[in-house]
Amino acid sequence: MRPFSYVSAPDVATALRAVADDPGAKFLGGGTNLVDLMRAGIEQPDTVVDITSLPLAEIGERPDGGVRIGALVRNSRLAAHPLIRARYPVLSQAVLAGASAQLRNMATVGGNLLQRTRCPYFYDRTAACNKREPGSGCGAIGGFNRGHAVLGVSGACIAAHPSDMCVALAALDAVVEVESVRGVRRVPMASFHRPPGETPHVETDLSPDELVTAVELPPSPTAANSRYRKVRDRASYAFALVSVAAALEVRDGTVTGVGLALGGVATTPWRARRAEHALLGAPATEESFRRAAEAELAPATGLPGNAFKIEMARRAVTATLRRLLTEGSPA
Amino acid sequence: MVEVRLRVNGADASLDLPPQVSLLDALRERLGLTGTKKGCDQGACGACTVLADGERINSCLALAVQYAGREITTIEGIAGDGPGHPLQAAFVRNDGLQCGYCTSGQICSAIGMLAEHGAGMPSAVTEHLCADGAELTDDEIRERMSGNLCRCGAYNGIVDAIREFAAAEAER
Amino acid sequence: MTSTPTAPTRTPSPVETGTGRSVGRPLDRVDGTAKTTGAARYAAEHPHPGLAHAALVHAAVTRGRITGIDAAGAEAVPGVLAVITHENAPAMKPPPPVSVLNLSSLASGSSVNYLNTDEVHWNGQPVAVVVAETPEAARHAAGLVRVSYRELPATVDFAAEEGNAVPQKSSALQSGGARKGDAEAALAAAPVSVDLRFTTPPYHHNAIEPHATTAVWDGDRLTVHEGTQNITWLRDHLALRFGVPVRNVRVVAPYVGGAFGGKTMVWAGTVLTVLAARVTGRPVRMALTREGVYRTVGGRTPSAQRVALGARADGTLTALIHTSVTQTGRTGGLPEQATSQSRHLYAAENILLRQNLVELDAVPNTPMRAPGESIGTFALESAVDELACALGLDPIELRMRNEPERNPVDGKRFAHRMLREAYALGAERFGWSGRTPEPGSMRDGGWLVGLGVASAYHPSWQMPANVTVRLSADGSVVVRCGFHEMGMGGATAQAQIAADALGVPFEAVRVEYGDSDLPSGPGAGGSAQTASVAASLLAACEKLKGSLLALARRSGGSPLRGRRPGDLEARDGGLWAGPAGPGETYAAILARAGRDSAEAAVGSDTRVGKVTGQLRFMSKLLRDRRRWVKAACGAHFCEVRVDPDTGEVRVSRWLGVFDVGRVVNAKMVASQLRGGIVMGIGMALSEETLVDPRNGRIMNPGLADYHVPVHADVPPIDVHCLDVPDPTMPLGLLGVGEVSVTGVAAAIANAVRHATGRRVRDLPVTPDKLL
Repeated sequence: MRPFSYVSAPDVATALRAVADDPGAKFLGGGTNLVDLMRAGIEQPDTVVDITSLPLAEIGERPDGGVRIGALVRNSRLAAHPLIRARYPVLSQAVLAGASAQLRNMATVGGNLLQRTRCPYFYDRTAACNKREPGSGCGAIGGFNRGHAVLGVSGACIAAHPSDMCVALAALDAVVEVESVRGVRRVPMASFHRPPGETPHVETDLSPDELVTAVELPPSPTAANSRYRKVRDRASYAFALVSVAAALEVRDGTVTGVGLALGGVATTPWRARRAEHALLGAPATEESFRRAAEAELAPATGLPGNAFKIEMARRAVTATLRRLLTEGSPA
Repeated sequence: MVEVRLRVNGADASLDLPPQVSLLDALRERLGLTGTKKGCDQGACGACTVLADGERINSCLALAVQYAGREITTIEGIAGDGPGHPLQAAFVRNDGLQCGYCTSGQICSAIGMLAEHGAGMPSAVTEHLCADGAELTDDEIRERMSGNLCRCGAYNGIVDAIREFAAAEAER
Repeated sequence: MTSTPTAPTRTPSPVETGTGRSVGRPLDRVDGTAKTTGAARYAAEHPHPGLAHAALVHAAVTRGRITGIDAAGAEAVPGVLAVITHENAPAMKPPPPVSVLNLSSLASGSSVNYLNTDEVHWNGQPVAVVVAETPEAARHAAGLVRVSYRELPATVDFAAEEGNAVPQKSSALQSGGARKGDAEAALAAAPVSVDLRFTTPPYHHNAIEPHATTAVWDGDRLTVHEGTQNITWLRDHLALRFGVPVRNVRVVAPYVGGAFGGKTMVWAGTVLTVLAARVTGRPVRMALTREGVYRTVGGRTPSAQRVALGARADGTLTALIHTSVTQTGRTGGLPEQATSQSRHLYAAENILLRQNLVELDAVPNTPMRAPGESIGTFALESAVDELACALGLDPIELRMRNEPERNPVDGKRFAHRMLREAYALGAERFGWSGRTPEPGSMRDGGWLVGLGVASAYHPSWQMPANVTVRLSADGSVVVRCGFHEMGMGGATAQAQIAADALGVPFEAVRVEYGDSDLPSGPGAGGSAQTASVAASLLAACEKLKGSLLALARRSGGSPLRGRRPGDLEARDGGLWAGPAGPGETYAAILARAGRDSAEAAVGSDTRVGKVTGQLRFMSKLLRDRRRWVKAACGAHFCEVRVDPDTGEVRVSRWLGVFDVGRVVNAKMVASQLRGGIVMGIGMALSEETLVDPRNGRIMNPGLADYHVPVHADVPPIDVHCLDVPDPTMPLGLLGVGEVSVTGVAAAIANAVRHATGRRVRDLPVTPDKLL
């Protein structure tokens, strides 16, 4: 790991100033991703600004009935919080499906939003990777790509977004609150992560000096009937091949509310708008679910290693909606 | 170099460290507490699990400097002043180990896990998220312990040891 | 049911019949407390004053010559003591050529003389080592060493090279192939047949303890702390490479944090740590990173296999063809015997077995738990299951109809074989009769349920071992032998054996192991360590009792005067003439003779003694193998659940019934057998080393991306041992370490076939293959 200087910020203003003054500075939260990337030589900050002392670790109810989650709330606390379990079970399940209990005790909500891909070519400094080293090429396109994306891909990058939490946040229409010395702004999840296009190294809408301070969940009656389904190569402690965050509201056999997002299959946490559109107002049947899934995956493009994800995602979407319809919420 | 005041197993230690030193390396290389193991150094095996203020963490992904002032408990400290922690004896009785290299992490993790379960935290296999005090089934133990790899495959014995210890604790 | 022929019986001693008080008991392992309290110190955990730390620099090209090394950036890092490259490294003797007269010559993981050459033979080969005051400085500086290369063409794609494979040679220890009758013609004529191709990917051991070495030179004396499976090989190898007498090298390895074959050979990290200590004049430790293990230590070869079976309508096998292609590295690697079990498992009338090899520019492969049989049983036992489907026969019934009376390829006798008994007992305990044969016919809620079986088979071996036993006047016993403890519980088992052989309490016996200062032990390999040590230990105990009796007879007043060894039994801490007869304690014998202790030794560690021992071993081995086929075997029963939507497979139930001969410690034996099954579950469902076919680089060198089973993948595993001693092996032991991983992948694939109707022939059985 490249040596760096360490600053522990006592308050938000100090933290923001520290990065505004130093383009080589990085915020350090739980460290579960950044420390790993620094050890692998992928991230090489000059200064690490430790933000874990900032007062951003609260979860509270908002006046409108929504919930505000501080950026430094640990993943395990988020999943266990009564408001999240009862009103947004998909978020609780998504967080619990990620990593291990030890990592969830360390990892923060803000850090999880900024989690970087697990693409092996990104992690291997001897390999070509446009994300790590713009212009160097993509090792994955002609190499191992079983874990890679089929949606939102470009000729420059097919790396899958690794987060489970973000998939649930996408389905829930969450809004990310960010702050810098220039002030506070709010970014909807839908535009927080950026598809790779020709600039795969640009992964989010954040400027380098901006700090995620909170995530807000809007009130949603649909969200109470929601669940997360993760398909992976072993029963626990593995990244998703395909994951589905789904919220479903059905009245008199008709879909009246739906939130759907996919993980493991896309370069960003993938809001499934086409499927949602196909479902709203449609009869809540296996056939509608299947048709919605097909609509969502229609633009997907697979490679020999990962084309299976297209059918796997269709099936996982259908099965998750079916289960929500028949069994209801896990809350 | 930064001065890092660690509190490990009830004792204070002041170390001058470059900030890139992990809590794991501070324990093993600086404090001689080699009971905590390094299996992957990337948060993928759980051998380095210690308790920070009673919560289990992977010490390999923790910078030591970030944990200054926190109460760190390692395998060497879990028994406190006692002759041994009953979970250690349960591991031996149930043969929840073979080579022993993952064992410290398994035991520290299990202690943290039981505290989490006791506090009503759900897991990925918890059927009803809002039902506090759900039973600690074998499926729950296995899911909650999945962050600790054992390549010798002593998983059955580990689950037996944890179940036996948890049942004895519940009796008390 | 026909009984298998058994070997002629000898009169067993009490210890052999298990009537002793320690052997057979499920005692707690003696090092359990050290391992659960963190007190056990592994190779990277021994403090030394002035200790420096080393880190490797790996080649970033696959094959070529180094044209330049720029170490300036690394040398400028504060705390760096040395950057050692081929430009400045002192000369080391090259690894020795392999010779059957010197088993230690097998120790080299690769023939590369690291840092003594500008040649790069695989992607990741070490090209420099950095030594620094702290591990952080060493690792950071290693990342700053700039190496330039002239690249050369490389052969790295196993699948592409398969067609260029050449026949594998036979040797005294390995068989290359076998032929009985005309199997191809019989196959063509068979009314029912299957002809299937299987592939298995490369796998890695992934012991949770990465390879680590601490090396300390004192003049020309060297002490090495190393997690090794073969102390003797390592000591001899280092003495040769660094040009010092063998007696000057001490290897200390009391705890090994898992190995599974990966710590058998001597790999780059070990040699280069010793080199770094020599260059810097400091004690040096190098703990490899997990990635470093993947780049410098071999794994299991990939394989492509064909199994073709022909049968009559009643299931009688008329043809068995099993051919394999596996790989070795250009600079070394053990050719795997993927068809090994196919020599022994089925009484086919015509048999053709052939093994082929390709050589790649890759880190040499190396044994990993049951090399050969673990991948070979996947192919054979899957094909047998498929044949059962084709015949409409129950897969156990098909196996029983083809259970051989004698070894199928050559008619040799089985020393012992209880596969029928294993299946009969297993079927009953598992509830096999509740299985409905139609694929997809069993369900539990939304899950498809499948039940599968497969046979496990692993040859039994015995190696030479030198042992001393000392009995003191206070009744304590010390057994000394430089064997290895990687989790098998060797010290516990040998203490149990010694306790019964001498008739003393288990608690009175202490076993010293894991140190080259002790009498030379066997390597921990081939599932042979326990039996090998036990043979010498039993002989040493007999000698010791003989000396004690002689002492007693020489001194006046002993109740043992006039007694012969055959009249006496060892119990209650002494020798007694029968259950009620006269006798006396060892303490009394020693006291009367004015002695503090008595000692007996088996084997010699002098140069002549070692050569004699090896020759005796080789001739006994060859004689034995001409006469008998010896093996552990077993029957796996597994239940899987398959999600019909996503293809996810979960193992929900397991039973293994094993014939491993005598069981010394039921608790530890069960643990070790379960461990093999867990490794087999990983092999079947989730493990795979990804080698980029474009450049041979391993792309998932870590535990996040190489998926070994986690707690949630492993159901309760029921293990049952038949516990019948083999009449030809020491104490009746057939070996426990490897047999249980064999057959596991096939049992799972067979259960998946039953659940889904889909036959997956390419491991691992990941969800995408079942969509």
